[in-house]
Amino acid sequence: MRQINPQYLDELRRVVGPQHVAVDPGERHTFESDAFTLVRGRPDAVVFPASTEEVAGVARITAKHGLPIIPRGAGTSLAGGTIAIDGGVCVSLTRMRQILDINLRDRCARVQAGVVNLHVSQAVTAQGWHYAPDPSSQMVSTVGGNFATNAGGPHTLRYGVTAQHVLGATIVLADGSIVALGGTYDDAPGGDVLSLLVGSEGTLGIATEITVRLTRTPAAIRTQLAIFDSIDDASHAISGIIAAGIVPAALEMMDQATLTAVEQWLRLRFPLDAGAVLIIEIDGLEPGLDRQTDRIAGLCRRHGARDVRLARDDAERAQLWMARKKSFGALGRYGLSYCTQDGVVPPSRIPELMRFIADVGARHRLRVATVMHAGDGNIHPVLMYDENDPAQVRAVVAAGYEILDRCVALGGSVTGEHGIGIEKVRHLERMYDPDTLAMFERVRRAFDPDRRLNPRKVLAGGAPCVELLRPPKGIPA
Amino acid sequence: MTAVHDLDARLRTCIHCGLCLEHCPTYVDLCTEMDSPRGRIVLMRGLHERRIEPTPAVAQHLNRCLGCRGCETACPSGVRYGELLEHFRSQSGLPAESTVMPRLMAFANFYLFPYRRRMRAAVAMARAVRWLGASHLVRATPLARWIPDWMLRLDAMLPTTIDAAEPLRREYRAGPRDAQRARLFIGCVAEVLRPRTHRATIRVLNRHGCDVECPPAQGCCGALHLHAGRRGEACALARANIDALHGDAPVITNVAGCGAMLKQYGDLLADDPAYAAPAAEFARRVRDVSEFVATLEPVPPTRAMPIRAVYHDPCHLGHAQSVRSAPRELLRRIPGLQLVELNDGELCCGAAGIYNLTHPDIADRLAEAKLRRIRDTRAELVITGNIGCMLHLGARARRDNAPIRIVHTMELLDEACDPRTAPPPYNPDSEAP
Ligand SMILES: Cc1cc2nc3c(=O)[nH]c(=O)nc-3n(C[C@H](O)[C@H](O)[C@H](O)COP(=O)(O)OP(=O)(O)OC[C@H]3O[C@@H](n4cnc5c(N)ncnc54)[C@H](O)[C@@H]3O)c2cc1C
Ligand code: SF4
Ligand code: SF4
Repeated sequence: MRQINPQYLDELRRVVGPQHVAVDPGERHTFESDAFTLVRGRPDAVVFPASTEEVAGVARITAKHGLPIIPRGAGTSLAGGTIAIDGGVCVSLTRMRQILDINLRDRCARVQAGVVNLHVSQAVTAQGWHYAPDPSSQMVSTVGGNFATNAGGPHTLRYGVTAQHVLGATIVLADGSIVALGGTYDDAPGGDVLSLLVGSEGTLGIATEITVRLTRTPAAIRTQLAIFDSIDDASHAISGIIAAGIVPAALEMMDQATLTAVEQWLRLRFPLDAGAVLIIEIDGLEPGLDRQTDRIAGLCRRHGARDVRLARDDAERAQLWMARKKSFGALGRYGLSYCTQDGVVPPSRIPELMRFIADVGARHRLRVATVMHAGDGNIHPVLMYDENDPAQVRAVVAAGYEILDRCVALGGSVTGEHGIGIEKVRHLERMYDPDTLAMFERVRRAFDPDRRLNPRKVLAGGAPCVELLRPPKGIPA
Repeated sequence: MTAVHDLDARLRTCIHCGLCLEHCPTYVDLCTEMDSPRGRIVLMRGLHERRIEPTPAVAQHLNRCLGCRGCETACPSGVRYGELLEHFRSQSGLPAESTVMPRLMAFANFYLFPYRRRMRAAVAMARAVRWLGASHLVRATPLARWIPDWMLRLDAMLPTTIDAAEPLRREYRAGPRDAQRARLFIGCVAEVLRPRTHRATIRVLNRHGCDVECPPAQGCCGALHLHAGRRGEACALARANIDALHGDAPVITNVAGCGAMLKQYGDLLADDPAYAAPAAEFARRVRDVSEFVATLEPVPPTRAMPIRAVYHDPCHLGHAQSVRSAPRELLRRIPGLQLVELNDGELCCGAAGIYNLTHPDIADRLAEAKLRRIRDTRAELVITGNIGCMLHLGARARRDNAPIRIVHTMELLDEACDPRTAPPPYNPDSEAP
């Protein structure tokens, strides 16, 4: 392990204040992982800056000492994006939680990177506005983390991912310089560098302030729960709805294993013998909504839905969404660790992929629960394992490769929204040809020549793969 | 709680999703992972697996936990955080925090609070001092510097007026011969600092046709001891209460913290061969008074109270006992009372046992945030079910010179159905805060 050099620690303390630098091994231990727990890595120090200037100061110190620098928001990454594999300085942005400006006339808000996604919406709900990107982690994940992973969510189907809602950002680069990109309107001059940074997972710069677009809250909403005997029927209903040209605001699926866990927790009287349920939400102006609701219910029934229920009021709708959004967490009730995959396929291929996933789970003897943003074909098979059993840990990694390879073969991708992080570095290499990968690498070095920003994430840059995450035998490298 | 046997599995119930973070008052206040539920569970697990040492920093982060169990309500995975925390506080050999204040506090905590008689003597002294105007005078002089901060805080927390009250009788009959019976748990702090809560509780129960017994041999519930890692003492107190309150009548409490503890006696004494069964039986009989009254034939309040009020969920009622709707249901029976909900209502106000004395800075900021949210609702009255919250919020509001009337659910219900008062519209200003 690298020796902790007291000199850089003193410099960090001078920049952010001594009480905002954590060096105790126990304290650093709590930063060993995020919501991805297959691999761990302890940073050498964690700093909690309060402003853009302090972040820039920290970056300059790491530059001077040649240390890795790892940005971190709420630590809900499901791809290990914040794990300090090689140590270094972790920059936790959670103290930066000020909403700096709300401008409803120009439909935007400027916030510090550590502001919690949901808090943006809460600040403007009363006026009839909200911040549209709604990852299921929105009650804790930060606008900065969402920016860095280009987060999506159930309502992405209609409103688009984070990239479509970011208008500008203040970025601290690896050397400590501060750049301001975009503004309060689309198409700010200077080329669209901003888009390059959205989704770059902290490898190109650290976002410290972000200007986001605000969206009018729809006048009317209908939310339905469709219950199916089998996943197959539910999958066909999804492709049926999309094929009929309907674009719901959200179209989500949960399978039986997920329902059971959620039910144990919330007791919402979900039918436990159902194979899968869909949550389908439409919104817009009141006239016409009921007709569309009926049409969707009809389509579901035609594809074998046993029952279609309409949420009667806001409280019922909120419950459905709570069940869906906390479903990953509820899966912990099976008493196992898990790894959440994040594949994408064209919606018409969902039935096929679901059968394949069931097959892979059975072959590796793994318990699998699946949740999906069905409308986008973004599928989250959750692979559960006992972390004390090395064979199961290997099986999880192998199953992940098989499933994501199949997604690519079906015309999809290895990540829909969780990002590459540390987990999918090798998967990315399987998805792109060497020339494309080399171009990505050149872009990265243009921003960060020494590759100190989140160094082992997204692109390996010549570093060896974390042993555990290597493609297992039998799967071509 | 028994010594946790399946500790490994229980620690692993936390799947690190982070969904609890914003429900944790210390995380919201300090914004650091090691002061979050997830971070603390990682610390406990690190200690258990010997991957980290119990350094003073580690102890500090675990001690900063309020024990409010907001994280348990938020956790979809079902982590039983409260039990884990108690286990680690009692067994992990964490170094104590080294300042003098918590030690002195520990003294008051273990030798004063739990014993009504000693406590009453101490309070009598404090009152005498205040009556002489001394506490006011002393504070204005340089002498104030020599008085430990915690003593001033404790003094500030005492209500401005402590009403005199007749000692509790053994029994209060409702009237009819076949009335239902209930045993009132008296506890320590409440009876000394706010005797009117028990009196109101008794009147409300009587009015609902329920006899109330107050067996005198009972004592402190032991919650403060257990939360500070002193299991042995907590167990002794539990055994004494089980003996004092034996029988089949429901055991009624009006202090959220005591209720949560009493309901836990079964787990606490599970390894005690003589008491395991009686303790489990006892725990099943325990009800918070609001929970109990809501099951009785309703007696509609007669007095209109046309004011705006918030109900503040005490952590040990909402999070620890899942009692949220019963008090609201009872309050909604009061004609005219306009009950509004708090934003972030599930966040602890900072009282948390003696937390306000051991961690004054965080406790103050939490109370301030709570009062700000209360003010945002434009409510004139705060109703709650825990003496700790009442004292803590009351003290903070007085210090800010923004007094707001804070009452116990039973006190308001009592006023609202008091047949002795004609039903004039209720005026919060006419009574001392
Ligand atoms: C229960 C659960 C549900 C989830 N549901 C969804 C979902 O529906 N949709 C979805 O897209 N994701 C989802 N996720 C994944 C995760 O919440 C998102 O990736 C989220 O955007 C991460 O935000 P964070 O603040 O936690 O960032 P972190 O996890 O702390 O960091 C994520 C990545 O961003 C980088 N980063 C963080 N902040 C900054 C910054 N200010 N500047 C530069 N880089 C930064 C980090 O280095 C890391 O690579 C879910 C996770 C969980 C646990
Ligand atoms: S919500 Fe529960 S499982 Fe998730 S991090 Fe918090 S304690 Fe762990
Ligand atoms: S008990 Fe309260 S203070 Fe402690 S970790 Fe849980 S939510 Fe935070």
